Amino acid sequence: MTPIIFIPLLPLIGFLVVGIFWPFFKGKGHFIAVPLMIGSWVIATSEFFKSFTNPPNVTFVYDWIRSGHLDIGISLQYDHLAAIMLFMVTTVAMLVHLYTIGYMHGDSGYDRFFSYISLFSFSMIMLVLSNNLVEMFIFWEAVGLCSYLLIVHWYERRPSWLAANKAFIMNRVGDFGFLLGIFLTYSTFGSVSFAEIFPAISSHLHQTVNIASAFHGSMNIPVLDLIALLLFLGAVGKSAQIPLHPWLPDAMEGPTPISALIHAATMVTAGIFMIARMNPLYNAAPFAAHVVAWTGGITAIVAATIALTQPDIKKIIAYSTMSQLGYMVMVCGLGGYGAGIFHLLTHGAFKALLFLGAGSVIHSLSGEQDVFRMGGLRKYIGLTFVTMLIGSLALSGIPPFAGYYSKDLILVTAYQQGPLGQILWMIGVLTAVLTAFYSFRLMFLVFGGKERFHSDQAGHGGHGIHPHESPWTMTVPLVLLSIAAVVAGWAGEHYGVLEYLAQELPIPHQDPVAGGMSDSALKGLSVGVGVLGIFVAWAFYGRESSIPGSLAKGLSFFYKLSLYKWYFDELYDLVFVRSSFLIGRLFWQELDKGVIDETVNGVAAFFRNSGLGLRRYQTGQLQNYAMVMAIGVFGLVAFYLVFNRM
Amino acid sequence: MTFLSIPILTFLIFFPVVSSLLLLPFYRRHDSEGIVKWVALGVTLVEFVVSLSLLVGQDPHLYQMQFVENHLWIPFANIHYSLGIDGISLVLILLTTLLLPMTVLTSWSGISKQVPLFMVNLLVLEGAMIGVFCATDFVLFYVFWEAMLIPMYLIIGVWGGPNRIYAAIKFFLYTLAGSLLLLVTIIALYFAGGHTFDIGRLTGQHYGMTFQILGFLAMFAAFAVKIPMFPFHTWLPDAHVEAPTAGSVILASIMLKMGAYGFLRFSLPMFPGASHFFTPFMLALSIIAIIWGAFMALAQEDMKKLIAYSSVSHMGVVTLGIFVFNTQGIEGALMQMLNHGITTGALFLCIGVVYDRSHSRLLSEYGGLAKQMPVYSTMLVIFALSSLALPGTNSFVGEFLVLIGSFKNHAIASSIATTGVILSAMYLLYMLSRVVWGVYTPKTYAMPDLKAYEWGALLPLVVLVIMIGLVPNPVLSVFHQSVAHLVGQLQPVPLASLH
Repeated sequence: MTPIIFIPLLPLIGFLVVGIFWPFFKGKGHFIAVPLMIGSWVIATSEFFKSFTNPPNVTFVYDWIRSGHLDIGISLQYDHLAAIMLFMVTTVAMLVHLYTIGYMHGDSGYDRFFSYISLFSFSMIMLVLSNNLVEMFIFWEAVGLCSYLLIVHWYERRPSWLAANKAFIMNRVGDFGFLLGIFLTYSTFGSVSFAEIFPAISSHLHQTVNIASAFHGSMNIPVLDLIALLLFLGAVGKSAQIPLHPWLPDAMEGPTPISALIHAATMVTAGIFMIARMNPLYNAAPFAAHVVAWTGGITAIVAATIALTQPDIKKIIAYSTMSQLGYMVMVCGLGGYGAGIFHLLTHGAFKALLFLGAGSVIHSLSGEQDVFRMGGLRKYIGLTFVTMLIGSLALSGIPPFAGYYSKDLILVTAYQQGPLGQILWMIGVLTAVLTAFYSFRLMFLVFGGKERFHSDQAGHGGHGIHPHESPWTMTVPLVLLSIAAVVAGWAGEHYGVLEYLAQELPIPHQDPVAGGMSDSALKGLSVGVGVLGIFVAWAFYGRESSIPGSLAKGLSFFYKLSLYKWYFDELYDLVFVRSSFLIGRLFWQELDKGVIDETVNGVAAFFRNSGLGLRRYQTGQLQNYAMVMAIGVFGLVAFYLVFNRM
Repeated sequence: MTFLSIPILTFLIFFPVVSSLLLLPFYRRHDSEGIVKWVALGVTLVEFVVSLSLLVGQDPHLYQMQFVENHLWIPFANIHYSLGIDGISLVLILLTTLLLPMTVLTSWSGISKQVPLFMVNLLVLEGAMIGVFCATDFVLFYVFWEAMLIPMYLIIGVWGGPNRIYAAIKFFLYTLAGSLLLLVTIIALYFAGGHTFDIGRLTGQHYGMTFQILGFLAMFAAFAVKIPMFPFHTWLPDAHVEAPTAGSVILASIMLKMGAYGFLRFSLPMFPGASHFFTPFMLALSIIAIIWGAFMALAQEDMKKLIAYSSVSHMGVVTLGIFVFNTQGIEGALMQMLNHGITTGALFLCIGVVYDRSHSRLLSEYGGLAKQMPVYSTMLVIFALSSLALPGTNSFVGEFLVLIGSFKNHAIASSIATTGVILSAMYLLYMLSRVVWGVYTPKTYAMPDLKAYEWGALLPLVVLVIMIGLVPNPVLSVFHQSVAHLVGQLQPVPLASLH
């Protein structure tokens, strides 16, 4: 048996054992879950190194559904794309498992938490290993379920379950598209498995569907574009792209290890992974690819503008995640799947690092999340400071940190993809300035300046707070991830990640723009804008300054737009949530009870009233009956006489 | 196949009915309610175990009726006592025998007055329901079909809630009105089909189109009320709210399936032309039911009403699958029937568990059960996720097959129906957040977790939800041949469609 099957199997065992026997663990669930996850990581790592020489392979597990000509199995497709994804996923999952021991210590749902993150790791691994669209969809929803269950971990708090519901339902909107995409794939290709779809794509290039046929109109669009767009709707939900993004920042209500694992490094990148996996489809669907690229670009910049003003440390990082996901989606839409996956991998390292660092900060301040109530933490939690600094430099794209290599590759790829690419490149550069700015705004506010956490801690009985460094189970993952955040980019470029991935992801043709900037100029520019962003952040928040306050007053429209997240939440709440419940109540009262049920009762009442009315003629008095009889006989005779004559 | 030298189907029908006579001496003996409950549980369990032998004895490679029995019953009208099952009926019989022990368990403390009579009603009802799925003679079918109504009427009318009389009469009259038209069709078929009531011989004949259309419409009245299809659904919330838990479970899980069973067994194979003719109409009603039921569920404060309306929505998926006339659609519809039976039955059992403790079903009076009743909450979450068709649970299999099957023939209809996945997530998660998450309320404070008999009722269903979700193929293979035969009868291609 191939060892690959143990990569998902071990966390699955962890979930089952801890999940079913949770009452017996009493806070010792990590003794089962963590070693199993480490085992999974060891296998994934060794298989990853073997994959340089081994050919890709598919392991059949079992037949899931067979109905008519539809035959869907569960298989594990292990190729370069899956191998490198699994390496990142299991690494982050393993480190987060470790981190959780310290972070969740003493939590009443400690063992439950471990069983769920093991289930998540299993599902995410299976998603990556899928060899057909339906299998991918199954685990696509399974990771969504884990996300739901983990966001609602502190279920007694109202914001937790509101956020969890929002995450699930918004993802369902995306999954609605994914499902339709699967249906259309099946009715077009007669199969849902990648190995059968991809070779057949070229024979459906000119096929169109009329999507207005129900209204007797004519609106023909190529079937491949339609499939690609429907599947992309799923990615928009899962990877928090505009307009299905508001669930991601709200998901920060969940415990921080979850934010690092699910809502930064792995699950939210599933959308990008899906697009990369389906790249033959997107290459053959130019219109859909344009939509993908623009959605990514717009998401990148809008999310960055929101991150500028947020006061909550986790929400700043969440919007930054959304913005970075936008970069990846954008470059995938431009054909640079390898660049997107490369950024996905480095981002997985440094963003998990930033979240875990933020968790360490929050832990040290006993749950404080407002950056304006922090400050001066550098001297209390030095290790956290250093690791988060590395993460922020990586995020800002400063060499030699990981983000520099991958973000730069995205910008260069975009720049070389014609006029559309250059517009998106400009958006990307602008986003890069903002990214550096908000990252270091966070750093200066949290670690620099005066201590702002003593003065207004009335909630803690006036004792104030004594920030403390976190236990080793939390700091070791931080150190390991910061090493990754330093070397991952360099290693990727040095060992040729694009060439490695070229097995599944074709490298787009490099088209040096005539009269445009050279590669080195582009590289210099992207470093330059990063430094610029950091400098502005220092000017605003690194010293005593009145600039932020006066800017907020002077540009209050833009300030509020950013602070209130472009009012997406308010809009959706009004248009979708409230109106759905209103329609439900109104239709129930007025139509279901009012019209339909009243009709039913009306029919019954008609017979009842007819009966009651007729009953009055049954008086029991013989004279009445005799008279009616006489009238009847007379009438009949008269009728007979009259009509018989005619 | 025989059991105790009685033919097995006859045994399955009459064993619960005859055993119920054993309980009659305990009438008015309040000290012996414990014995009565144990006897009823024993009978339903024996029944379930015996019914499993059908699964063992069935030959899945045949589409024909198996375990056949045939005796002349009323000679002058050529009425037979004839029984037989194929893959389609087998699944529904097993669903029935599986759920009856659960309904006895849920009545353990849920029913306090006239326990022996209640159990007699349950057992008689079980026999009648199995009879409906076994009968291969139309008059015999009709006898069982109507016989079911009486115990159900009594269960709602005697052991129901405050407004039980209204609900019981509404249920009875509404279904009876539909059934009478079915009776007319049966008699018409007798004369049109060569003086026989044999269902096998009445199918596959080529009736004239006018006859087909009239026959289809008359049967539609009976089956659409039973399912219930929009707009004939308003009896369902009333009946569910007033019925005791056991009644709700049987109503939702088994009796609603009989309408769909009727379409599959009679309307489609007997009137294929009319079925094609009415396809746009049936698809439209199915889609309306899916969306309408979901929006109604969003508006409910009463948990039972919420689940009742969700049943309207889920049964819309069943009728959608039936009327796309292809293998995936019909197999999906059958899966959805089975899964809706398991999941919705389980949800009603869950509501019964907390109702027994607090005597309230209002969402606003619940909260924080995750802390008070962790095991119960876990199970409720699993059933709710199943109901919203999460992949990996049973319901996804059925919904997926129906939708992928309908997409092939009716892409637009299927796309509209797929919006149901969003709406079902909305109302079920909304219910979970109000009941399971949040902080405790005066009602839920200090509620004890599941008792032994509640474990017994719910745990097997949890196992089934996950097993069917992960490994649906063994279930599908039970009715592959029967469905293939049915689909074969439904060619040629649709005359009219939603395209």
